[in-house]
Amino acid sequence: MATLEIKDLHVSVILDDENTKPILKGVNLTINSGEIHAVMGPNGSGKSTLAATIAGHPKYQVDSGEILLDGVDVTEMSVDERARAGLFLAMQYPVEIPGVTMSNFLRSAKTAVAGEAPALRTWTKDVKGAMENLSIDPAFIARNVNEGFSGGEKKRHEILQLELLKPKFGILDETDSGLDVDALKVVSEGVNRAHQANDMGVMLITHYTRILRYIKPDFVHVFVDGKMVEQGGPELADRLEEEGYERYIGKK
Amino acid sequence: MANEENQGHNNPAIPGMDVEGEKLASELTADDTIRVSKHNTDKAEIDGSRAERKTSYKVEDFAPLTGREEDWRFTPIKRLAGLHTDALTGTAPVIEVEAPAGVTVETVGREDSRIGSAGIPEDRVAANAWSNFSEATVITVPAEAELEGHIEVAIKGTEMAPAAQHILVETKPFSKAVVVLRHTGSAVVSQNVEFKVGDSSSLTVITLQQWEDDAVHASAQYAALGRDAKFKHVNISLGGKTVRVTPSTRFSAPGAETEMYGLYFVDAGQHIENRLFVAHTVPNCKSRVTYKGALQGRGAHAVWVGDVLIGKEAEGTDTYELNRNLILEDGPRADSVPNLEIETGLIAGAGHASTTGQLDEDHLWYLQARGIPAEEARRLVVRGFLNEIIQQIRIDSLEEQLMDALEAELSISNN
Repeated sequence: MATLEIKDLHVSVILDDENTKPILKGVNLTINSGEIHAVMGPNGSGKSTLAATIAGHPKYQVDSGEILLDGVDVTEMSVDERARAGLFLAMQYPVEIPGVTMSNFLRSAKTAVAGEAPALRTWTKDVKGAMENLSIDPAFIARNVNEGFSGGEKKRHEILQLELLKPKFGILDETDSGLDVDALKVVSEGVNRAHQANDMGVMLITHYTRILRYIKPDFVHVFVDGKMVEQGGPELADRLEEEGYERYIGKK
Repeated sequence: MANEENQGHNNPAIPGMDVEGEKLASELTADDTIRVSKHNTDKAEIDGSRAERKTSYKVEDFAPLTGREEDWRFTPIKRLAGLHTDALTGTAPVIEVEAPAGVTVETVGREDSRIGSAGIPEDRVAANAWSNFSEATVITVPAEAELEGHIEVAIKGTEMAPAAQHILVETKPFSKAVVVLRHTGSAVVSQNVEFKVGDSSSLTVITLQQWEDDAVHASAQYAALGRDAKFKHVNISLGGKTVRVTPSTRFSAPGAETEMYGLYFVDAGQHIENRLFVAHTVPNCKSRVTYKGALQGRGAHAVWVGDVLIGKEAEGTDTYELNRNLILEDGPRADSVPNLEIETGLIAGAGHASTTGQLDEDHLWYLQARGIPAEEARRLVVRGFLNEIIQQIRIDSLEEQLMDALEAELSISNN
């Protein structure tokens, strides 16, 4: 049983050497193993900043507050230490890395996270199986990381990594954006598999309720202007579906 | 690593050219397509169109070099070791060709009518070689032949007296071939290498400069493409003291494509220069130029100049050229100058990008976000940067050899 606790988190984006701009204004959220939390909010509310800050993106500066993974503050850790501690960010815009093949990348990441190189035979089988489950063409293993992948292919590869690296907590940053219904189903099934297989806690960041038809949240949070403004169960998502965010905008 | 260079241009209106740092520039890459204007780039106005540059087979038609010429301004002239001044009477590097069945390999005299069918010198050093070579190696791939395996041309330097060399490779219509030119040893040599790529044929050339540390090498490599021909040129310079390669592609009929790749690894005291020229003078041809370089050590100097000319007849042209330089430690200098001259608006696309700097922070971020420690992430990204060009070779054993050679280079700067 693991816990990810975000306590009164204030974060600024670093614009240049001298200027920063506050984005997160006191975020509180606790996620336990096995729980699925949907964080929903309008564009520009700071949802992606929250995701990137948890993962440790250097563009964001924590002004105050804590991010505790099983009681340990991860804001002191480097990006790679956080990943090895069990945090995984499925990115909205996965980066293309020229010349680094998927197979080399996946093996390096697994070795880093697991602390030892995976046994070759089982690893190859695991990767193949996970790719098949996500309807990824086997030829992609020889291609460079995300290079020339379509938007949907990139998202599938994020979930492939989620399944192979088996984190304690998966943070999905608008994984549903740009996906057609078929791809959305495939990706959602992958998240659900990882959730069940590893008792993974999930923070599902999204603008739309569409993905919640396939990934069922235990909790729904409404995120506006850098903080949570309302929380509830799945029924809150239904209300957002009907009413949108209008009633929250302006309410600070 | 504060030493970022992106010099030698004088047209800041072109995005990407003034940008320092890989990351910034890669953000700009998407929108740095050059719009057509009535004006050429500043440089073209100063120097006249690239199309009007002097061409001649005779060395005496070119004035002695001063180092101030547009196409020599980055070259340390003194280090040409006589290639620009002397009669090139030294023994040329020894050529040994291993070719699959069906390929013809000949040694011919100067008077052979095929010589000059794909190229004509555009500078004094190339013309000096053309005026002085005594015999040429001619390799011919017959029509419709699709070779099993590649043609290996070993070019071994044996002495340091300035020498001239001439090589011609011709692929007849509908044939398909891969040629590896492997330069090793010690030499002072000026070369003309012609590639006559017949209609609907496909030629891949991998030219490797793996000279000893003292070699001086000027190589003018000309490709003349027939209708619907495909040409791929992979130019890899690792060794040599002073290496200046000038690859060019000329289209003679519509439907042809050229891909020109380059990789250079420049160490302390090395000068490696690549000057590209793609002449779009007929409609509906495509060109891609991708050159990458890594530099380390004091006095390491890389020069990349990419000239692309789109003539007024060249409607439907699609072109993009890219140069990236990775500075591994303090001390090196990289000059990178893309030039686009566009004389018609009816094109499919034209763009360029040039960046010099350190590793892309986004790449490191992504790898670290997957648990890979910073140092290993850096190792992966550096190798990926170089490997992107190596991957274009598509000969496994050669790719492995070159990755090993690059590992040896990287170990010098503990990368």
